[in-house]
Amino acid sequence: MSAIDIAAAVRTGNRSAVDVLDEHLNRIDERESEIHAFNLVLAEEARVQAEAIDAKVAAGEDPGPLAGVPVALKDNMCTRGIPTTCSSKILEGWIPPYDATVVTRLADAGAVFVGKTNLDEFAMGSSTENSAFGATHNPLDITRVPGGSSGGSAASVAAGFAALGIGSDTGGSVRQPAAFCGVVGMKPTYGAVSRYGLIAFASSLDQIGPFAADVADAATLFDVIAGHDPLDTTSIVDFIPSATASLDLGVEGLRVGVVQELSGGVGSVQGISPDVIARTRVAVEALAAAGAVVDEVSVPSAPLGLSAYYLVAPAEASSNLARYDGVRFGLRVDADTTGEMNTATRTAGFGEEVKRRIMLGTYALSAGYYDAFYGKALKVRTMMLDDFASVYQKFDVLITPTAPTTAFPLGERSADPMTMYVNDVCTIPSNLVGHPGISVPFGVGDDGLPVGVQVLAPATHDAQTFRVGAVLEAAAKEEVTS
Amino acid sequence: MTDLRESLLPEGWELVVGLEVHVELATTTKLFCGCANRFSSDPNTNVCPVCVGLPGSLPVMNAKAVDFAMRLGRALGCDVKPSVMARKNYFYPDMAKDYQTTQYDQPTSTDGELVLGDGVAIGIERAHIEEDAGKTTHVGGGGRINDAEYSLVDYNRAGVPLVEVVSRPDIRTIDHAKAYVSELRGILLALEVSDAKMEEGSMRVDANVSIRPVGSDELRTRCEIKNINSIRSLGRAIEYEALRHVDLYDSGEAPRQETRHWDEAGGRSTAGRSKEDADDYRYFQEPDLVPLRPSVEDVAAIDAAMPVLPKARRARLSEVSTMSADVIATIVERSQDGLALAAIDAGADADKVLTRIQNDLAVDDWSLVSVESLAGLISMETAGELTATQTKQVLARLVEEGGDPEKIAAQLGFEAMAVNELEGLIDQLIADNPDEWTRFAGGDDGDRKKMQGFFTGQIMKATRGQADGRAVAEILGRRASD
Amino acid sequence: MSERITRDEVVHVARLARLRLTDTEIDRFTEQLGDVLNHAADVESLDVGDVSPTSHPLPLVNVVRLDQLVESLDRSELLAQAPFAEAGQFRVPPVLGEEP
Repeated sequence: MSAIDIAAAVRTGNRSAVDVLDEHLNRIDERESEIHAFNLVLAEEARVQAEAIDAKVAAGEDPGPLAGVPVALKDNMCTRGIPTTCSSKILEGWIPPYDATVVTRLADAGAVFVGKTNLDEFAMGSSTENSAFGATHNPLDITRVPGGSSGGSAASVAAGFAALGIGSDTGGSVRQPAAFCGVVGMKPTYGAVSRYGLIAFASSLDQIGPFAADVADAATLFDVIAGHDPLDTTSIVDFIPSATASLDLGVEGLRVGVVQELSGGVGSVQGISPDVIARTRVAVEALAAAGAVVDEVSVPSAPLGLSAYYLVAPAEASSNLARYDGVRFGLRVDADTTGEMNTATRTAGFGEEVKRRIMLGTYALSAGYYDAFYGKALKVRTMMLDDFASVYQKFDVLITPTAPTTAFPLGERSADPMTMYVNDVCTIPSNLVGHPGISVPFGVGDDGLPVGVQVLAPATHDAQTFRVGAVLEAAAKEEVTS
Repeated sequence: MTDLRESLLPEGWELVVGLEVHVELATTTKLFCGCANRFSSDPNTNVCPVCVGLPGSLPVMNAKAVDFAMRLGRALGCDVKPSVMARKNYFYPDMAKDYQTTQYDQPTSTDGELVLGDGVAIGIERAHIEEDAGKTTHVGGGGRINDAEYSLVDYNRAGVPLVEVVSRPDIRTIDHAKAYVSELRGILLALEVSDAKMEEGSMRVDANVSIRPVGSDELRTRCEIKNINSIRSLGRAIEYEALRHVDLYDSGEAPRQETRHWDEAGGRSTAGRSKEDADDYRYFQEPDLVPLRPSVEDVAAIDAAMPVLPKARRARLSEVSTMSADVIATIVERSQDGLALAAIDAGADADKVLTRIQNDLAVDDWSLVSVESLAGLISMETAGELTATQTKQVLARLVEEGGDPEKIAAQLGFEAMAVNELEGLIDQLIADNPDEWTRFAGGDDGDRKKMQGFFTGQIMKATRGQADGRAVAEILGRRASD
Repeated sequence: MSERITRDEVVHVARLARLRLTDTEIDRFTEQLGDVLNHAADVESLDVGDVSPTSHPLPLVNVVRLDQLVESLDRSELLAQAPFAEAGQFRVPPVLGEEP
């Protein structure tokens, strides 16, 4: 059942929320041991929530638009009274004394949290192999990675553990795992969804985003979580989410641009697999067939995104992760002085990828190097904003593959960080400029694993991504049935 | 008044001092969260996820703090400009996030000046907004940081809004350093943005001290002296440090650029952290906050609402009286200038009003002394109705209970003798004491003095102390020259 | 391949970040960070003289809140998560050196 259908059934009393929950918990029982999507399954707490929903329905009260819908929450979002670990030893067992805004909104909407999902430690990674608590496996092929960093939430939806998932996307961490797992994943405009309670990785890039089995569900979830939050200074003040309202608009007359540099076209970055490029072309043709005006377009600074990102993100992360020092919460490894205690704690508590990025970021900000690295990367951002602004004069949305390849085998890319980093080449530019993007499954690659196609739109035009995504989804379905 | 301290340094050396003053703003809440900005002796009771730096927390700027900072900037004659917040990254347990959110290359205010009582202008380089840190208490080892057994951290003060005012190194004497601090305090009180009490820590002064040969304009190595807790300590610290530099140069060495700790009990400064531990703060723009852009209207409104500042208040008093700058400065510092001007307006003699206020109104609470009563009292004194002593006594009563000076004088039995009544009495005494009178009128200085005392004493006995000593002397003198 | 980041720099950066690395890790990080920085050479070598930096993708300014009290955290809930709490405060080993 889709999330929309579940909510409708529960609201009308046709199904109980407890019943829905049990169905999902059964699936978790069956396959979680081989998938490991969760750091923590919240069976007891979810039951309490589900019972409360059913009681509301019985009392004739409005239980909310997501009544009884099981939701999987990435374990880097604070849940009061419930451990929140970021899949790191340094926060193992930490219990936040407050809820993230997104958690409050979902609870108010009637959602039922089935669990906190696994992620790459502190959201740093593209495969969920960097978790301190073991990797998550792709439900479609458990020898493969689910993508990352929100691999657990993507896998939860793909495996039917939850009807909806919540992840965070800093360089592609919702969209890329969505592509690898064959589900819908979307990154909102920067500032559309509150970051209050999202444990920060890179503050100017992080956004919370929805996972779902289809575009309509994802749009419904988006409309619940998006909107201004006074607790987040970087939250857009007058953002009115309207994704569901745009779903049936079609693409007649819409100007669609295929980004050459990210789609195997002229000046393209290396490493985009031919089958992925092929599927993207089929997707573009489907849009043309549906009435869109399609053309190739150049975004010259797009290839610089990877480098700029791997300077900006670690720099901000190195500062955001300084607070993990053993003083106020989390792991403490004792020592003779506070300074030594900080060092011992962080050395024992952080995994290698996190340390690598903290080191990189600290270096990029340090005296003598700021201008050459971090400072320059901020200028690349300006260039990208300008490029996109001029492109969007002539186009309404842009298309690229979501990821360069399909899901790769576990362990294949662990030795060389750069081979892992290139996973994000298609998704990173939209993080740097703060634009929305959605990944919609569009068939499979040569290996039979899902391929995701990405739709990008200008800032605050989130609804457009769902609009186009819905058409792609319909086309993909038709392809299968025909 | 000439600066007696001009001879502080040996011949040929000149003092170069700049002051950094941290001012706690008197807002209701902290800089980035709604916790109370109020001293509490119960640790960690005014804290929240934001000011304790919990994972996922985000700052939101306090509008009043920005307003106060801009007012202070304008009062110091600064340009109030668009500004951004920045992160200053370093590890210390009282830093909840292990970075301080402050301002770096784009502060709220720049390029102002503070004019001292004697007209000397000290340049203000900048004034910027930043958050305060928590408090660390060192336990064991006599509370000294280097012998402690362990430390305890309280975050009640973490996040309190501060403005840091940085002067240019224009201060050349200790008296000017002290006057700078007093003047700044007066401005802060007039603006009502801080209670600026050094002893309570709501105004903290660090001194940057260096010396140079007279006549040169070089800036030599300076030392920053911290832990100065009173204006008196400021003077002692600057003196000690400057002489320490003299000694170093004299022995062919030079001071190291370092931060030093003032030890008031020991009367000396001691070296702080070694240079090896000097941190690279890796400043970058705070990504969780957005720039502040005051409008032209904002600044104009602040200028229009600017209260009369101490400098202007002193000027007003010196326009209407001939009292010295010191007396006027004291009265303005005590905020008694309003009372003085009003009494003068009501017709009382200006110099007498100021003299009385300076000498006899050095009390904490003079709210019961009304303008009318003060003016009336001064007029009575000027008319000779009350002696100086009697005036003081009536004033003391006014301070305690308020009321009407004439009534109080009557209650106390103070009727000043009418002059002709006094003359009559004196003539009688002269007639009754011819020998003594001969000695007074015709004797040498010694006799004259003695006999004056005799006659004055007799008059006082006869009038039960109600005769005005000066009037008596004047009459005696007149009679003697007849 | 020229050395992008030296071993000494890696050690210095680790100290700034309060991380202790083994010799093997120092070597590995020197190489890996060097790779990333090499890749970032396309950014480093850009001539972007006229371009101004963008710290933030959002053009927001002047976001402030009113100076109004909000309820503080319950201290016991906060300290329950502290590695070492004492007398209502967070206890840490001796802190050497003055605050910068």
